[in-house]
Amino acid sequence: MARAFYWLLPHPLLTLLLAAVWILLQNEFSAGMAVFGLILGVIIPWGTSIWWPDTPKSIRIGKMARYSVIVLWDIIVANIQVAWIVLSVPNAKLKPAWIVVPLELVQPEAITVLAGTITLTPGTVSADLSDEGHSLLVHVLHTDDPDAVRDEIKTRYEARLKEIFS
Amino acid sequence: MSAEMITTYAAALCLFVGSGFILVGVIGLLKFNDPMTRLHAPTKVGTIGIGMLLLASILHSFSLGSSSMHELLIMGFLFVTAPISANFIAKVSIHRKACETPPEPPRDDTWSTLNQPEGDAIAPEAPDAVPEKL
Repeated sequence: MARAFYWLLPHPLLTLLLAAVWILLQNEFSAGMAVFGLILGVIIPWGTSIWWPDTPKSIRIGKMARYSVIVLWDIIVANIQVAWIVLSVPNAKLKPAWIVVPLELVQPEAITVLAGTITLTPGTVSADLSDEGHSLLVHVLHTDDPDAVRDEIKTRYEARLKEIFS
Repeated sequence: MSAEMITTYAAALCLFVGSGFILVGVIGLLKFNDPMTRLHAPTKVGTIGIGMLLLASILHSFSLGSSSMHELLIMGFLFVTAPISANFIAKVSIHRKACETPPEPPRDDTWSTLNQPEGDAIAPEAPDAVPEKL
């Protein structure tokens, strides 16, 4: 039974996401649209499942939602900080720095989400991954203490992602 | 004050804040003098500047009585794609040595952008532009 379920719906969450995107694209809700969205949500993951070799089976939705709220809040706060840096710090006094973040995450999906989060939160851009995927290279716009930024990334985002993708 | 007035003013405020952040992003893009620091300003504007403009659009559609949720999708797609373009620009500037070379990673050999496969040390000669005559 479970095997049949996973054969038909390899990514149940993706099915729901695709249906939601379809309904949003229509910009109006009707039962027919919902049904068609669900049909698309079944067909697309089923047809593309061979290109998704080992996806994480369990993602904790509740923790993911909390993580998204934290990230959204950080984006707002840090945007104001970066705007202030842009307007007030002259070029000569700017202290950009490379930061190396040693990764404890192993799943590619988790590392992708972490890199995306780092880029979206202003002041930091994730630039590169080491060749075997054990460290992430981050560029910081302006900092006096690169180690503190690294520790914040590790405790604030990576620890939470580890729980989500455990 | 009616609800319609309130949403109109809120939309105007969102437009104002959003365009303010976009202005700051443009100033940053023009002011900084190194590709990596320049990268910071526009990637940030993509998040909050566009976000506020889209929020204004949602509020305005509500004040007109027809709800529109397309903006949520635009925001979602922007949030997914903006880090990727920023990452590619960063990778290019590392690869072309247009910025300070980053420090070595602690556990691995090198960064994947700088990783050169064995035997690839000498760049292959460019193929002749003129084809040989037959």
